[in-house]
Amino acid sequence: MKVRLLDIAHARSGDKGDTANVGVIALQPRWYDVLEQFVTRSKVADHFRGMIDGDVERYELPNLNALNFLLHGALDGGGTLSLKTDAQGKVYSTALLRMVIDVPDAEAKRLELPAAK
Amino acid sequence: MKEIVRVAAGQGFWGDDLDAPRRQVEGGQIDYLMLDYLAEVTMSILQKQKERDPTLGYARDFVGAMESVLPAVLDRGVKVVANAGGVNPRACAEAVRSVGAQRRGSKLRIGVVTGDDLLGRLDDLIAHGHPLANMETGEPLSSVRERVLSANAYIGSEPIVEALHGGANVVITGRSTDTALTMAPLRHEFGWGAESWDQLAAGIVAGHIIECGAQCSGGNCLYDWKSIPDLANVGYPLVEARADGTFVVTKHPGTGGRVSVPTIKEQLVYEMGDPHSYITPDVIADFTTIRLAQDGEDRVLVSGIRGKPPTDKLKVSVAYRAGFKAVGTLVYVWPEALEKAQAADRILRERLDRLGLEFDRILTEFVGANATHGALAGDRRDAPEVQLRFGVRSTDRTAVERFTREIAPLVLNGPPSVTGFAGGRPKVEEIVAYWPALIDKSVVKPKVEIIS
Repeated sequence: MKVRLLDIAHARSGDKGDTANVGVIALQPRWYDVLEQFVTRSKVADHFRGMIDGDVERYELPNLNALNFLLHGALDGGGTLSLKTDAQGKVYSTALLRMVIDVPDAEAKRLELPAAK
Repeated sequence: MKEIVRVAAGQGFWGDDLDAPRRQVEGGQIDYLMLDYLAEVTMSILQKQKERDPTLGYARDFVGAMESVLPAVLDRGVKVVANAGGVNPRACAEAVRSVGAQRRGSKLRIGVVTGDDLLGRLDDLIAHGHPLANMETGEPLSSVRERVLSANAYIGSEPIVEALHGGANVVITGRSTDTALTMAPLRHEFGWGAESWDQLAAGIVAGHIIECGAQCSGGNCLYDWKSIPDLANVGYPLVEARADGTFVVTKHPGTGGRVSVPTIKEQLVYEMGDPHSYITPDVIADFTTIRLAQDGEDRVLVSGIRGKPPTDKLKVSVAYRAGFKAVGTLVYVWPEALEKAQAADRILRERLDRLGLEFDRILTEFVGANATHGALAGDRRDAPEVQLRFGVRSTDRTAVERFTREIAPLVLNGPPSVTGFAGGRPKVEEIVAYWPALIDKSVVKPKVEIIS
């Protein structure tokens, strides 16, 4: 079943130099495992292909039901050098929530995940 | 020892709500008011002000804030800790003292923390084997040395604790870490030792949660955002901390906003790097150990935090002149708004090219179509309007200035259905860029003096 992150998570993003961070947090604690399993480093790198110049790193925070992604080379140089509207990476958060993941039907049903429209 | 110490945040950055400090001292019981004024490039702005007038170089909003909270400080014993000193903490203290002097019998004792400012020592430091290499690129600072405007080490809680121990009821620092402003009062009140890693880490996490003001109490919160009440009257956060390092985040009764597990989670992940190692001068906090629990309405209990010893380095923030930039905008309107904006972009690039102007960077965004989400935004060809946003950057000021004259002509000699140019020519802005570096702790010696 296709599941859109916006329907199962919330997020906040910020900057450090030319790196944006996106913290993505499961809306229900029991949905954290779905994030951990399906929102992989490489899937996020694919998602942002063309938007960022550098690597993607992923960290897990099961205590907060959250994943933290570092998107390197995401801010056109970052800080005051950047010419971007979003020079401080404030809305990479919702860009990540556009992602659609594919969860096996049985698991999606068991966790009562909402299907992507 | 107090059982509970209350630290309230009244300012999340320089430019935050001017009335928040007063509302924090009047809205309920607090022991400390914490005011964070310094973002990465703030120091360079303050340095420029100090060059023009040696009595400036600090966050002037703080003087007004002190005026508004003076009765609470003098009559009720609320203490204030702020990094408002910028590049001139002594001048800031003088300005605050003159505010205090207007009240008879005033008992202001102002602790001033200095020693973070490395600008006058840079050549000496570089000569003695401190390259201050850029943490992102590895380049030594010598490559931009002649363009440096300010250089400050991020210092930790110790000098603030020392000032409070010396009886200060207002502590003014320069480039303290944002989190130390919250942790230091707790360390002072509870007598946490320099190796009480878990408690110190808890104080840092408390600081991280409240240092952005209302961003943890309902502001900028995506989770269920429409249901967050009364943001017009949003309550700024405060922590109620205990000696064991547990604390509750809350806000004053009768205020708007919300303090809940989701609002705190969003703030915890804000500007996060490796969550296992949140490095500060005092301690490394492990954000994967944080436990959150709702503890009644608008109350979140935070516990379980573990810390470990810090490194022998301090982070240094250097600001340097890095050329010029300008951004021009025009709005193109339906039908085919995006295609018109794209045509204008092509025309503009061709004209700049023909003028032979050199830019280090040109960036075009189509606001309303793809400016923030890129291709993820999907097909926006039917958008009602699209803003063409065209930015250039160069070390050559005249090239950037010449660019600013090329936007307006497009209104009459470019694609149709264009509007939104009333603002006139774009402004040329000098870029002051940020250079993060590390330095040995041993060469930075914070100093504390108390003025009464």
